[in-house]
Amino acid sequence: MGVADSTRSPAAVAELRKALEHTRPVVLAEQQRLPLLKAFQDVFPGGGLQRGSIVHVGGAAGATAVALALVAGPTQAGSWAACVGLDHMGWAAAAELGVHVPRVAVIQTPAQSWPNVTAALVDSFDVVLCGPQHTPSPQDARRLTARARERGAVLMIISGETLGIAQPPRPWPAMADVELCVVQAEWFGVAQGSGRLRQRRITLQVGGRRSLSRSQRVELWLPDISGAVAKADAVQAVIPTALTPTALLMEAG
Amino acid sequence: MVVFCADWPAVATTQPAEKPLVVVQANRVTSLSQGARKHGIARGFTVREAQAHCPAVQVVEYNQQRDARAFEFVLATVEQFVPRVEVIEPGHCAFPTLGPSGYHGGDRALAQLLLAQIQATAGQAVGLPQEGSTTLECVVGIGIADGPQAAQIAAKESILCPGVLQPIVVQTGKTAEFLSALPIERLAVATRSAHSSGLAIAEMFDVLRRLGIRTVGRFAALPLADVSARFGSLGMSAYRLATGYETTPLNLADPSANVSFEAAIDPPAERVDQVAFVAVELAEQLHAELSGRGLACSRVLVVAETDAGDCIERLWRHEGALSAADIARRVRWQLDGWLSTGRSLGRCSGGVQRLELIPDQVIADTGMQLGFWGGTNNATERAIQALDRVQALLGADAVKLPQFRGGRSLCEQYQLVAINAVDVFAQERSSGGSSSSGPTTEAGSSSGTGPWAGRIPLPSPTVVWSELVQAELFDAAGHSVGVSGRGVMSAVPVRCRMGTGEWHQIEHWAGPWCTEQRWWDAIGHRRRARVQVVCDAGAHLLTLEAGQWWVEATYD
Repeated sequence: MGVADSTRSPAAVAELRKALEHTRPVVLAEQQRLPLLKAFQDVFPGGGLQRGSIVHVGGAAGATAVALALVAGPTQAGSWAACVGLDHMGWAAAAELGVHVPRVAVIQTPAQSWPNVTAALVDSFDVVLCGPQHTPSPQDARRLTARARERGAVLMIISGETLGIAQPPRPWPAMADVELCVVQAEWFGVAQGSGRLRQRRITLQVGGRRSLSRSQRVELWLPDISGAVAKADAVQAVIPTALTPTALLMEAG
Repeated sequence: MVVFCADWPAVATTQPAEKPLVVVQANRVTSLSQGARKHGIARGFTVREAQAHCPAVQVVEYNQQRDARAFEFVLATVEQFVPRVEVIEPGHCAFPTLGPSGYHGGDRALAQLLLAQIQATAGQAVGLPQEGSTTLECVVGIGIADGPQAAQIAAKESILCPGVLQPIVVQTGKTAEFLSALPIERLAVATRSAHSSGLAIAEMFDVLRRLGIRTVGRFAALPLADVSARFGSLGMSAYRLATGYETTPLNLADPSANVSFEAAIDPPAERVDQVAFVAVELAEQLHAELSGRGLACSRVLVVAETDAGDCIERLWRHEGALSAADIARRVRWQLDGWLSTGRSLGRCSGGVQRLELIPDQVIADTGMQLGFWGGTNNATERAIQALDRVQALLGADAVKLPQFRGGRSLCEQYQLVAINAVDVFAQERSSGGSSSSGPTTEAGSSSGTGPWAGRIPLPSPTVVWSELVQAELFDAAGHSVGVSGRGVMSAVPVRCRMGTGEWHQIEHWAGPWCTEQRWWDAIGHRRRARVQVVCDAGAHLLTLEAGQWWVEATYD
């Protein structure tokens, strides 16, 4: 009885905790994570993209921009990114969002060699972006996930609904570690025939498997008035609504 | 003694020397013939610049295999006088002259003999395997000095001397004196190794030039401590060469570390690729064993023996930089040349029965120092290797890099260029400064763009459709909306449809931005009007051309 008390006493617990701190194996957390832009650092635990994780970006509109903004951080820090099945990417927009375009490679592959090619890319690239053009079978998806985890590569899958003009997209068959879904996207700067698209406010729903990310909603300006990515609760109160019309309108008929 | 054949890649293409010819790698000229030099082309030019100097110049892609196979002829000649030759790279070979000089009557006599013999062999009509009988004309420089690096410098100097080609012999101990009058960039040979980046070397020489130290003699007069403090190990190796001491490996491992890797090929291999396959396995064993013991070797001796008893040995410079595949490739070159020349000269017969790899000059491995600031880092090299593998799977066109080109329309601004045409390392060097500051929230806008009138205003759309999708833009009355010649919309657009999808109500819209391109050109004339449309299916950029609306891009 006395023994049980002494092991439960707060002093003993505090001592055990200190011993745990000293004997815990040291893993450099920075090496396990790829850096991100400041606006995204609150979204992901630890402020970075966990190596070996699968990230799925989807939603009504804005999935591609979110994926590009996520890739911007690692490419600026020196990692290389590979894009498979993303033939229609706008690289000017990528450069504006901060992606270091000289470190991106685009691979065009027919559907039957897609799993082999992606596996080869996951081996050596830090970030692999997969577009909606190809969808793997569940076995291939599982194999790729395991390989990405082993090699410490981040596999980012984009499946937006707006991209479904040409063909309807099919989502990744398995559950991803981090699921980002664009719930709402609102453009500012355009009115009825005047102005231009200037900035967009998106609402991201963050979810995912296990405890890798907590389910939450984040509001971002992507892009904001200067073209970069910023958090929406920053001082951006001035939203230009009334703009002088730049073109005359003529009634029909 | 070092035998240096000038512009070997250009010579190996077996074209006559007066014909202007350039060898290119990643769109840059790496080697050129005499004829090309007369027109003013120099190394480092792009293909365009070379063609501007001489429109008739022939452009040949760099091929190490061809260079190595052709170099075997020169090596066969040299081996008649010297037992063991070390190949630094195709075009360069070195060997110690202690024994052979004594046999042939002195250093200078041996050099003259070699020079005459090589020029005679190159002048003969010797049949190369695929190209048929042809001649190899090349300028050969021979240099003799205390160590291999000083000898390389001497060999290059002998080519630059005007008049008849004379080998340069540097007396023992007079290396520093010989080097003192030369410009300082010659010391680059001492710093060239797998352990330093070209950027750091160029920077060091640039700083020295600006400090007023233009010759090797003045560099050698600097205090050693200052050079070491300012330039580190790079400066030290250059300094050592300038004062006449070679950077030979100092800490040789004990002799018990002598290992050799041997494989018996049974039945004897007639074909070179069978032997190359065995060589890959042996090379991997060699790497595993050496790295397991913490050693590295600076040379590899490759010994091949046929079943008739003929044996060929060749030393290949390694410097810890050759992978197993690289060693197998060198074995292939060695055997290619040997079997083709040997068979024609009746020197070897039968198949290869034994292959042995012996690491030479084994030293303790100090590891590779990767560059701190900029330079190529590990990630770039890994990425390039992976892209090579993907290229092998899918073909050369499957791997592309987006390159900034500048333009008015969205598909012109960035173009996907096949990776073979892009010099990735040069790109990495030029953009290295911008990335070292870490991830920032600033928008990385493309640099150095001129004002393209008629450009889409920023922010740019994230999805640019290369195959345009037909769209329809209707007003409230159900008619298609048009844009007049003065840039005025004919009606307010109310609903739109992309492709054969469903109709979407337009919430906001902006525009039109009209551009008329090349009005003077009957074929290139384009009149377009662009409109930004926000509907419940997202924001799109629609283009009106010739009465038909298309979806050009999506702000996804």
